[in-house]
Formats: sequence, structure tokens, C-alpha cells
Amino acid sequence: MRRLKTLWKKYEQNKLAHGIFLLIYIGVTSLSLYTAQKSVTAFLLLLTSLLLLYFTKFTNLTKWLIAGFVLVFLLPFTASNGDAYQSYMEVSTLVGIYIAMALGLNIVVGMAGLLDLGFVAFFAVGAYTYGIFATAQASNFMPFGTFPLSGESFWLFIIIGGLVAALFGILLGIPVLRVKGDYLAIVTLGFGEIIRIIFNNLDRPINITNGAMGISSVTPPRLFGIDFLYPSQFYYIVLVLLFFTIFTVRRFEHSKIGRSWKAVRENEIAAQAMGVPLVRTKLMAFAIGATFSGMMGVVFAAKQAFVDPTSFTLLESITILVMVVLGGMGSVPGVILGAAVMTILNLQVLTEMTNWLNQLSLSGIISIPYALSPAKMQRFIFGALLILFALYRPKGLLPAKNRIFIEKDLQGANRKAKLVTPQEQSENEKL
Amino acid sequence: MSILEVRNLTKKFGGLTANQDVSMTVEKNSITAVIGPNGAGKTTFFNMITGVYQPTSGIILLENEKINGLQPHDVSKKGISRTFQNIRLFNEMSVLENVLVGMHINLKAGLLGILLNLPAIRKEEKASEMKAYNLLEYVGLADSLNEKACNLSYGAQRRLEIARALAANPKVLLLDEPAAGMNPKETKNLTQLIQSMKHEFNLTVILIEHDMKLVMEISEHIVVLDHGEKIAEGKPENIRNNPKVVEAYLGSGAIQTG
Ligand SMILES: Nc1ncnc2c1ncn2[C@@H]1O[C@H](COP(=O)(O)OP(=O)(O)OP(=O)(O)O)[C@@H](O)[C@H]1O
Ligand SMILES: [Mg+2]
Repeated sequence: MRRLKTLWKKYEQNKLAHGIFLLIYIGVTSLSLYTAQKSVTAFLLLLTSLLLLYFTKFTNLTKWLIAGFVLVFLLPFTASNGDAYQSYMEVSTLVGIYIAMALGLNIVVGMAGLLDLGFVAFFAVGAYTYGIFATAQASNFMPFGTFPLSGESFWLFIIIGGLVAALFGILLGIPVLRVKGDYLAIVTLGFGEIIRIIFNNLDRPINITNGAMGISSVTPPRLFGIDFLYPSQFYYIVLVLLFFTIFTVRRFEHSKIGRSWKAVRENEIAAQAMGVPLVRTKLMAFAIGATFSGMMGVVFAAKQAFVDPTSFTLLESITILVMVVLGGMGSVPGVILGAAVMTILNLQVLTEMTNWLNQLSLSGIISIPYALSPAKMQRFIFGALLILFALYRPKGLLPAKNRIFIEKDLQGANRKAKLVTPQEQSENEKL
Repeated sequence: MSILEVRNLTKKFGGLTANQDVSMTVEKNSITAVIGPNGAGKTTFFNMITGVYQPTSGIILLENEKINGLQPHDVSKKGISRTFQNIRLFNEMSVLENVLVGMHINLKAGLLGILLNLPAIRKEEKASEMKAYNLLEYVGLADSLNEKACNLSYGAQRRLEIARALAANPKVLLLDEPAAGMNPKETKNLTQLIQSMKHEFNLTVILIEHDMKLVMEISEHIVVLDHGEKIAEGKPENIRNNPKVVEAYLGSGAIQTG
């Protein structure tokens, strides 16, 4: 037993061992994904390699390079051999979309401490922005121009969608920032519902959103004459945007802006006394958080080729919030993991399990009473898992950590005389 | 030369008058104490100067410029920094990050600069980290730079609040009961710290304090409030023997000299 422990310690210290283990792990999982016709397990295990990678002791650059290799080449390539290729890519694409949204919400809720229950509204704004202009819908109210716009405009719309969502973030922020805490949650919830209901009813007097019918046949994105039609293609768009999102969020987190978000979260009065403008700081959190959501909304509209209000319900907002809380409020790696786990659980694990149980009961091996039908159990298991997490990991899967400063790097500025000597200080501690 | 001047400052909370016609002048580079029994209106007075409350009437002048009506964050930009009676640190943030937030107004970084990680921004960030560390050394907290603020001892939290306030590079520093909850040894260190600060950072200090020993030792000028009104002001030796002051304190029995 002790030997095992020392062996484990040694392993923990050893970068090479990590490398070898990771290599074997990735090799085995990707090979099994490549050879197996339909193996969700292999697919999920290969994705898990990214989590293992996170825990290794490699430098950040190495980690990014390996993650990039797995996501850009290995995963799509090894999955491409089986029948389920497009469904794997569909899941991966959705995982990416949700991660970006959760990271956006994390700025608002996790960093700035503003509870937002209507976050999906910004996703909707992005989706409708592209949906309206990439179909004939826009010609109902635009006095000039021919619609639908071509698929090449999609790339521009990613930016426009982000900006429009940011604008809505500010519009929401202005009235909302007068209220605090629970009231803020209620007002944002209202905002989310209002946006959805507006989209649902904006088919009269001028038909802008086509109401509850939704907008269909959204023009697919086009690049160098190639139309983007399949999940395996959208996967790459999402991947690029996701890298951009993570990169941006990381930059902000450890900057003057990120610190002022956290300061406002921790103590508004003290933050103001230190010169942090409350309203501006909160608006910035709303706007930047909304931007990522809006961008992904554009991608979502293009991917589905269809937009309707039912994709943007309160349940959707809550799901994103759960991703943030489950992963760890304010923790970027945590939120990424939380969003990935939630999406995969919802789309793959629980559905697979339901299918499996259904098959068993159909073939008469087990009999499940109607009240406990697997389709119903799915929600139940999901809820039970959330409660377990809340009980045993109240701070999330990967709780937020403060940046660690290396003392040596900070020493050597022109020193002021030390007033409290270390000796005196330790005496103080004793008293 | 005076740096801060208030004229006829009054603050009413509904029927309650927390400050009534308070006027005073604070000399540049001096240490002034504001004392008075509990509920006298001392903290309210600080809150008006820092823009947390708007005065019902009266004027506040910093270097002959009117600052009432400004938002708290704008007041801090004008050069007034403060600590709080009930400690208000950014609890979940590290000790060093707390000081970094204090530097907020001196940092030029903008949205785009941060996004592009421009060299100028990186340099500014690095320099501010070093300066923050320097301030932590100054107040004796360098060893706990990565600690969460809420994990510090009470006395250390008070010192961290001072370091954070100093980080803003203020002209005037307001300390609201800095020695509250400190043991005699810590109080002695604090007394030295306040005196040294004044020289090192070319500061004007105004402090609220119940510890009369500390007050008498370091202040050059004392203002006494009672029931929201200024009942006396002057040099420590005059205040000590002022019958009005003794009377104000007798009820609470809080006077301790020596
Ligand atoms: N926001 C407020 N609303 C209503 N009344 C207030 C408010 N702030 C302070 N007061 C009242 O004003 C009076 C003065 O309070 P203040 O906090 O300024 O006293 P203080 O001199 O700082 O007392 P202490 O020594 O106990 O800190 C008190 O009666 C208090 O209850
Ligand atoms: Mg007070």
C-alpha cells in the first residue's frame, strides 16, 4: 500500500510519465473510436483526455497545442470512420456553443456577481439577427437591398450578432442595475421572457420574425464557394469562436477589468471607494458576456437553418446557469467542464441510457412500469445528479482559484522602509 | 495651507439629524482626529466627504474645488481614499489583488489594450504588481500576498485596508476607527504606521478613533462631535481639558487618558 503511494507520488512529479500516460490514453481511445462502428464510450473517453490534459504539469502552451491537435485533427478524423460521425460532430458542436455561452454568463454571474436568469435572450438576439437577414424575411421591412443575403455575409454577421447582443446587454443593464440581488434575478428573468415573447409576436403589423412559425431555410454559411451544411463543418466554426472566447475571457479575467468585476461582486461600496465606477463596470460585464452568446446565436441559426422562439425558453437560461454553478462560479476551466458535462449528459449519456433501457424492455428482458418509463427517468436522474453535486461539490467541479503571484518576481521595486519587522509581526500573531 | 474644507455640513436621515452645521478646515500634511461618543455622526461625516451620502446642505472643498455631488468613484479620483469602520475587503480575492484594485484609478488599460495584450499594458500591469507588493511589505503583509483576504487576522485585515487605500495614491486619507479590535501591541504598530505614512506618501490623514491614547499621541488637531454638532476643536492638550468634551464623554464613560 505504502509502495503504491510512493509510486503515485513519483508519478505525480514526473512530467514524462504524464506524457506517456496521456499518449497511451489518447492513442487507445482514438483507435477504438476509429475502429468501432458506433461507440459513444470511445468518443466520450477521447474527450475526457482533455480533462486529463488539464491536470498534467505541462506548460500552458504545451497543453494548448495538445488540446488543439486533439480537437482539430484527432477527434474529427477518428470519428469520421463510423456511421455516427455526424451525430458525434453535432454533439461536439453543441458542446462548444454551450461552453461559449456559459463562459459569457460566467462573466456576469461568476465574476461580477449579477444573477441573470434571462441570459438566453442574447443567444436569441444573435440567432434572429442572422435568421432575419439570411432569409427573405428582411425584405418585409427593409426599404433597400435584396434578401436573403448571401452565405458569405455569415462571417460578418458573427461580429454583427455579437455587437447587437452587446447592445441588448447594455439596454437590459440600464434599467436592471437599479435593483440588486433577488430583484435582479426577477427582472432579468422578465427580460428573457419579454424578448422571447416579442420574437413570438413580431409577425404583425410587419412580419419581421414570422412569429411562432419561426424562420426556416436560413442561408448556410459559404466560404470560397463551399456551403457549410453538415455538423462536421460547423464544428470548425464553433471551434474557432470557442478558442477566441476562452482567450478573451482569460485576458479579461486577470486584467484591471476582471479585477473590478470581482471587486464589485465582493463589496460594492469598497469598490466604489477605490474608484471603480459601478454602473459602467456592470454594464461592461453584461455587454461582454452577451457578445459571446450573440455570436454563438448566429452560428446556431445557421447550423439549424431554422430559428423559432421555442429554442429560447426560460429552461434554456436555467440550463446555462446550472452549467456555470455546476462547473464552479467564476472559474473558467470549471465552467468549461460544467458546460461540457451538462451538454453531453443531456444529449448523449442520458439519451443512450434511455434507448438501452427501452430496448431491454422491448425485448422483454426487463419490464419497466409506465410510471417509471426511461424517458421520464431521464429528467429525474439529471436532477438527482445535480443535487448530489450541490451537496458534495458546493463550489463546483473545479472551484475558482485566485491567481498565484510568485513573490520573487515582485520584489525589488524601490523599497520603502519596512515598518513592521517580521519578528514583530510573528509576535503580533501570537498575542 | 488648507487642503480640505467643509462648510456648514448638515445631513438629515428623515427626522434624525446626523450632522448639523459642521464646519472645519484641515491643514495639508497634518493628522486630524474626529472624535465623539457613539452615534455622534462621525462615520456619516466621512460618508459625506467620500460621496457615499449627499449632504442635505453645506459645501465640501478639496483644494478649493467643490466635490460634493460627485459619485464616490469620482471622489476617489480627486484624491480622497478611505478605510471602513466595519472592514470592507474583497474577501474572496487574494491580498495582493485587493491592493491591485486600489490602484484602479491609476491604471490606463482600456478594453482594446487588454484584449490585444499590448506591451504598454503588460508593463503597467507588472509595475503595479510590484508596487502593490511593495505596499504589502510596507504594512507587513508581504508574506500573505496570495492568501484570501478573509483568511487574515483582524489586525492584518485593517492593515490591508490601509495598503489598499494607499494604493490609490491619495492626497487625503480617511481612516474610520483603524485601531478597533486591535491589541495594544498592534495599536502601537499602527500608530507608527500612520505617522510614517504621512511622511512617506506626503499625506493628509483624518481619522476617527475611540482609543484616546492613540488620538492624543498622533493628532495635531482634534475635532469633537456630539449629537451631530461640533462641540470643540483644537490641539490635543486643549481638548483633553475642555469641560464640554469631558461632559459629552462622561455619560458613556469612554474617556481614557494617559
Ligand atoms: N443610512 C442611515 N440611515 C438612517 N440613519 C443613519 C444612517 N447612517 C447613520 N445613521 C444614524 O446617524 C447617526 C450617526 O451615525 P454614525 O454612524 O455617523 O455615528 P458614529 O459617530 O460613526 O458612531 P460610532 O462611533 O458608533 O461608529 C446614528 O444615530 C445613526 O443611527
Ligand atoms: Mg462610526
